[in-house]
Amino acid sequence: MASDEVDHRRRRILTGAATAVGGVGVAYVATPFILSMDPSLKAQAAGAPIDVDVSKLKVGQLMTVEWRGKPIWILRRNQEMFDRMNQLNELLRDPNSDELSQQPHYAKNAHRAIKPEIMVMEGICTHLGCAPTFRPEIGPADLGADWKGGFFCPCHGSRYDLSGRVYAGVPAPSNLKVPPYRFVTDSRIMIGVDPEHV
Amino acid sequence: MMRDWFILGKEWVETRFPAKEFWDDHLVKYYAPRNLNFWYFFGSLAMLVLVMQIVTGIFLTMNYKPTASTAFASVEYIMRDVNWGWLIRYMHSTGASFFFVVIYLHMFRAFLYGSYRKPRELLWLFGMALFVLLMAEAFMGYLLPWGQMSFWGAQVIISLFGAIPVIGNDIALWIRGDFVIADATLNRFFAFHVIAFPLVIIGMVMFHLIALHRVGSNNPDGIEIKANKNEKGIPKDGIPFHPYFTLKDMLGVIVFLMIFSVVVFYFPEMGGWFLEKDNFIPADPLKTPEHITPLWYFTPFYAILRAVPDKFLGVMLMGASIAVLFVVPWLDRSPVKSIRYRGLYYKIALALFVISFIALGYLGTVAATPTATVFSRICSFIYFAFFVFMPIYTRLDKTKAPPDRVT
Repeated sequence: MASDEVDHRRRRILTGAATAVGGVGVAYVATPFILSMDPSLKAQAAGAPIDVDVSKLKVGQLMTVEWRGKPIWILRRNQEMFDRMNQLNELLRDPNSDELSQQPHYAKNAHRAIKPEIMVMEGICTHLGCAPTFRPEIGPADLGADWKGGFFCPCHGSRYDLSGRVYAGVPAPSNLKVPPYRFVTDSRIMIGVDPEHV
Repeated sequence: MMRDWFILGKEWVETRFPAKEFWDDHLVKYYAPRNLNFWYFFGSLAMLVLVMQIVTGIFLTMNYKPTASTAFASVEYIMRDVNWGWLIRYMHSTGASFFFVVIYLHMFRAFLYGSYRKPRELLWLFGMALFVLLMAEAFMGYLLPWGQMSFWGAQVIISLFGAIPVIGNDIALWIRGDFVIADATLNRFFAFHVIAFPLVIIGMVMFHLIALHRVGSNNPDGIEIKANKNEKGIPKDGIPFHPYFTLKDMLGVIVFLMIFSVVVFYFPEMGGWFLEKDNFIPADPLKTPEHITPLWYFTPFYAILRAVPDKFLGVMLMGASIAVLFVVPWLDRSPVKSIRYRGLYYKIALALFVISFIALGYLGTVAATPTATVFSRICSFIYFAFFVFMPIYTRLDKTKAPPDRVT
């Protein structure tokens, strides 16, 4: 049946269907381009989580590993250190780790750690990115008699305790950052990933 | 004889390409209001700076190397070893700052004479899109020298995306292409800066001009010259763009280039305002500069960001400070367009707005002391109040009746 009449409804449906199918095609083609901007395999490998064995770490000993170009400190602590740190709260800027960006939520606790005895943090001063030094001794001459052990930044004199909590009245604005990490076994830590169940 | 050949050649082209129509439509038979004043220089000057940035940019890419290990040294190589490299680079860096000077004055003109009002809303929207594109273009260009301020400025701005809930960190990761600002970031910013954004900007400039030529220029009286046409359909208050305004704009270009040259040749760093001091130190991911500040043209928005104690709300407010400009055509309810016929309310509001904008610009460059933060908050409030209360004060304002013909 020949007719000059235009079936507008049919034309609309066809236009709509063609647009939808074309749109799907565009989305498919766009995907590789968008994903090509994500970190490459090389960048991912360089930033992959690292596995650290802490079984040989003694109480009061600090080990440094590198992750994503940053020094990561791991420190084994004991009850005596916790007791000493508990006396410090009034001297600290953020004793309860209320600044949420400085640690994952599972490390926002009194010890800033998943397991209190193992402390994991980034060894970069939050002031200008210098490397603080580990000063575990108590009351050394240069840091004063009330020094309870902690980290001291030689660049501008920022002070942190053994949980990386910053003292008030120093240039550094916030506590040392705690990276995401999880315990694979009791003695092995994976740095760079959150725990599986949190 | 020569003349005949010339006419023949002209005819040959004209049957194949509408050069004459284009010339007529946009220049000799395009009628612009005869009372355009000083404030109407900045559109053509923005075009001039755009062309200058593209030309100097092309020559810079011939010697610049977009990798983290070579970028800083290649800029120094351009400055010291490439013949005239210092001039091309200083023209480009000074051009960036002058671009914003020109654009801010161009936008201020719209607030003076109500150039965004009906029927020029779309013209304004294209212009605002250009403003946002220009900011992105400038931001990405600033990473390329790979100095300390390049690196840490980008670090701060990209980490702002991290403030978006849930997907924020993934977006920041996607933009950087690595876990920190790295080679991948520099390389893609180079791609965006030299090809992707310039292409979009040129396209948007065309849209801006096509929209302008459809509705015609506004003028200091804020009345439509097309409402009064002679028997030939030509606006009585209109004069051909060429030669009248091409000649006028030429004067603007000459004065502009005089000022521009003084800066390029004598104050290319502008005391740290056009080229920040920390950017003469190569980027060091392990050492943060003591005081991170964006370049002057971003500081008003940066001050708004810092005025808010919450990171996410700060980012939202900074975004809002730009987004609100898009809806100005619908916020202004005054019966007249030009400030000449508006009442006291608008004049006071605009003056306060300009003062707060300049003050924010200053506050964004200084350390965030408690006093500075208080002032930033007051100025941010005035900035937003200008827009939020605009529908009210423009309606209550006592306006004068504009004349029928331009004055």
